[in-house]
Amino acid sequence: MRVGESVQRSDGPAKVRGDFAYSSDLHAEGMLWGATVRSPHPYARILSIDASGARTMPGVRAVLTHEDVPGQKLYGLEIQDQPVLAFDFVRYWGEAIAVVAADHPEQARRAAEKVRVEYQVLSPVTEPEQALSANAPQLHPGGNVTREVKIRHGDQSARADVVVRGEYEIGMQDQAPLGPESGLAIPDGEGGVDLSIATQWLHVDQEQLAGILGLPKEMVRLTLAGIGGAFGAREDLSMQAHACLLALKTGRPVKISYSRTESFVGHVHRHPGRLAYEHGANRDGRLVYVRARIILDGGAYASSSTAVIANATCFSVGPYVCPNATIDGIVVYTNNPPCGAMRGFGSVQNCYAHEAQMDRLAAALDMDPVELRIRNAMETGSEMITGQVIDGPVPVAELLRRVKAFPSPLGAEGQGDGGGMHDLTAMPGGVSNTTHGEGVKRGVGYAVGFKNIGYSEGFDDYSTARVRLYVVDGRPRVEVHSAAAEVGQGIVTVQAQIAGTELGVSDVVVLNADTGVGSAGSSSASRQTYITGGAVKAASEAVCKRALELAESELHPASELRIENDTVVGADGKQIVSLATLLGDAVIEETREFRPRRTHRLNPETGQSNAHMQFAFAAHRAVVDVDTELGLLKVVELATAQDVGRAINPIAVQGQLEGGAAQGLGLAVMEEIQVKDGVIRNPSFTDYLLPTILDMPPVRMDILELGDPNSPYGLKGVGEPPTISSGPAIVAAIRAATGREITRVPVRPHDLTP
Amino acid sequence: MEFMQPATWSEALAMKAAHPEATPIAGGTDVMVGLNLDHGRPESIIDLTRIRELGEWGSDDGWLRIGAGVTYTKLIDELGDRLPGLAMASRTVGSPQIRNRGTVGGNLGTASPAGDAHPPLLAADAQVELASATGTRRVPVREFFTGPKQTTMRKDELIAAFLVEPAAGPQQFSKVGTRNAMVIAVCSFALALDPARRRVGTGIGSAGPTPLRATEAERFLEGVLDEQGSWDRRTRVSEAAVTRFGELVASAARPIDDVRGTAAYRRHALSVLARRCFTWAWAAA
Repeated sequence: MRVGESVQRSDGPAKVRGDFAYSSDLHAEGMLWGATVRSPHPYARILSIDASGARTMPGVRAVLTHEDVPGQKLYGLEIQDQPVLAFDFVRYWGEAIAVVAADHPEQARRAAEKVRVEYQVLSPVTEPEQALSANAPQLHPGGNVTREVKIRHGDQSARADVVVRGEYEIGMQDQAPLGPESGLAIPDGEGGVDLSIATQWLHVDQEQLAGILGLPKEMVRLTLAGIGGAFGAREDLSMQAHACLLALKTGRPVKISYSRTESFVGHVHRHPGRLAYEHGANRDGRLVYVRARIILDGGAYASSSTAVIANATCFSVGPYVCPNATIDGIVVYTNNPPCGAMRGFGSVQNCYAHEAQMDRLAAALDMDPVELRIRNAMETGSEMITGQVIDGPVPVAELLRRVKAFPSPLGAEGQGDGGGMHDLTAMPGGVSNTTHGEGVKRGVGYAVGFKNIGYSEGFDDYSTARVRLYVVDGRPRVEVHSAAAEVGQGIVTVQAQIAGTELGVSDVVVLNADTGVGSAGSSSASRQTYITGGAVKAASEAVCKRALELAESELHPASELRIENDTVVGADGKQIVSLATLLGDAVIEETREFRPRRTHRLNPETGQSNAHMQFAFAAHRAVVDVDTELGLLKVVELATAQDVGRAINPIAVQGQLEGGAAQGLGLAVMEEIQVKDGVIRNPSFTDYLLPTILDMPPVRMDILELGDPNSPYGLKGVGEPPTISSGPAIVAAIRAATGREITRVPVRPHDLTP
Repeated sequence: MEFMQPATWSEALAMKAAHPEATPIAGGTDVMVGLNLDHGRPESIIDLTRIRELGEWGSDDGWLRIGAGVTYTKLIDELGDRLPGLAMASRTVGSPQIRNRGTVGGNLGTASPAGDAHPPLLAADAQVELASATGTRRVPVREFFTGPKQTTMRKDELIAAFLVEPAAGPQQFSKVGTRNAMVIAVCSFALALDPARRRVGTGIGSAGPTPLRATEAERFLEGVLDEQGSWDRRTRVSEAAVTRFGELVASAARPIDDVRGTAAYRRHALSVLARRCFTWAWAAA
């Protein structure tokens, strides 16, 4: 199991067979079940909460409100503005007000219904522009602007030969992890608590929980439970504090597992946005300036809004050289569902806008849209609109050339690649039998995007790994321990590959993640392979060094030794001593923290700064058949090229490129949380539609490994770029097929019909 | 909650008579979803899966009598040749797993305006066989639905079967959804042509408070085909007539704006579906 080999993930067979234990499967003897009382109003003043009726119901062991929170009553990743349990006000539909623990989940749910909350219902703020108006109610003490990011780059009054303008609207996408928010809290009998939890970052949960519970961190211990998808939805607390509060109150283990409907209000969503752009270019197609105003709706609480708007603004122009830029990014509080992290993190919304603008510009200049992009493509040494000069490989033009050079998909329009008789599964509308080719037109579209890898703006990005080398049953074994959350992306396998490669040992065990080791940071920002991979590499190197020192001191002073196949070998490759013999009973253990290079805050007036650590680029080509009479679609093919620096586990990289593209496709053509008057109208998988195998085409891919000189093994984060440009390429293809402008996603059938 | 598991049909009817509020369950693809979404907590449930004859079908005086417990998969596999319209609709229901469990009887019992089986049953002028401890009656599907999720069934009745004639001519079914499989209809349309009787049957789904017929469109198309002698000679039908047929189908709908689509889109899409379904059916006639 070495770096660069395709390795099957260890949890794969259990997941396929249904044997894998997810967080919702957790069980403890004598455990209670928690249920949550939620607000039926998007905005209301809480006048009173009466739990007496619920407390006396059969099987009920505890009912808790904000009065029972012993420590900090507010939490949040960036701004502590969200109540653990609501007091004074509820600010979104579904906000938690009280929690119940009972012997049986149905008893808990019925008791939750008996908690009487008296409200003074208030008129909700449901539009971002409304939130910005002078007479809007102030939803938080600091006002309704969560953060404003300004970029002032180059000449602010630049003029251009050709100008195109557009306004774009992005709907609210959900991460829609199949595993609901769930976990099990077990009191330790000494005032502390152990929590098994599906989360993206154990230590940030621990820190927040310690504050809420009023306990020292050592008394709040977290263990990673089996995660059924995350995609950003598990960065914020959901039921963690509630389960711990109930467990500590009752002295019994407490499990909470959200229903599907509850899950839709139990996590943050991707920010919906409105983006107004103006691009100016010379006659030869070179960008002169971009001016843009980006408004994201952050919903009721901040979550990671301040970082999302920074990304949306920093990457607003796309991976193009643009000497002059005036960008205003604003994220606001409303009474809509809270929004936060989701795969792509601010770079998805703006990619729809900048790529649509590039197509408009190409049309205005009568240029090929790919050629226009290549003419403006960033390269090594190019300056971003934030003034940051990008080093390392920047293969924007190369990625575009490669996706353009792929052969066209087989089959004529409306036939998929079935050929001959109409194959319904290849048609827009699929098996629903809506067309046998009538009205079908094919379009091809291109898009390219980029984003930051790792944390930005000076946030201390690091991970910790502990590596042990010892002998068991006469063979050397390496044990790797980190707190990196395996959310499905494959970090367990990556850690084993790195330790195995650095130590030359075949038996590598990766321990389950918990807070018994230092923080790994979150499984987000496409950072875990880079950062935790870097920590595992550093710790493994340190262990290796000590093992070789041992060999040198005992056996072979001053020779150039290394470990291969569980054996110490000399410079000439000659086997010198087996690791098992060398180590005997000795245990070598090293812990290392790994930090990438530092980043810096954006200048508040100009947005100029080296705010980002690494950048990743991907391009997509989409081929789409559109039934122009019914507005139904068949994405025939997605093709992508992405520079991954170095593929640590190539098969997992392919999986990321496919899965990320599917999530991008979802936002382009079907995935939307529909919110009306602050209320989610489709909180179920009946009406929040995710792509099926008949919606998601095969992905043709070209994986480049150009090697980043700054990162471990030259790798780049891979998880998010596939989600950025896939959707915009699909929308470009729909535009090409229909001739319609299409300024809103997801594209709905009625957007494409008379 | 009381959970009853009758072993025979007469036992089931006796239980329903004794517990008129009881919810019957067969495949569970509607009932269990409702329970999981907390849409209601039935006092009692009658599990019909142990009654073998509900899962069987046979002939009844030239009609097919299909037990209420016959699954979509069984219907597609065993009756697809005789009931092509209903089989096409059945193929659009959920996923293979859902089709292995779900039943047309359950679709009728739920009586959702979006039920996929309803339009082809309307188009084919099928009947529903309702049974109670006191007797059995047959109700035309065209009179069965009285409102959203409401039917002419009495509380002491269960659905025993539905009856439908084997297709006497081409049938089509077409459904618009916003993804290409496993989707609830935004709107749907079924067409059944009966050249021998010179009849046109239609059914509209998910575009009104109940599944609907487009009666005026049926009579119009029959008139066109009669007038031109087309039934016998299979002559080409003018584009204008096909377009008019589509318009009449659209005008028979009573759609609303909801989370799945707009009323205007539904009307538009129905006119397209009607045109296409007729074109495909006529080419096969």
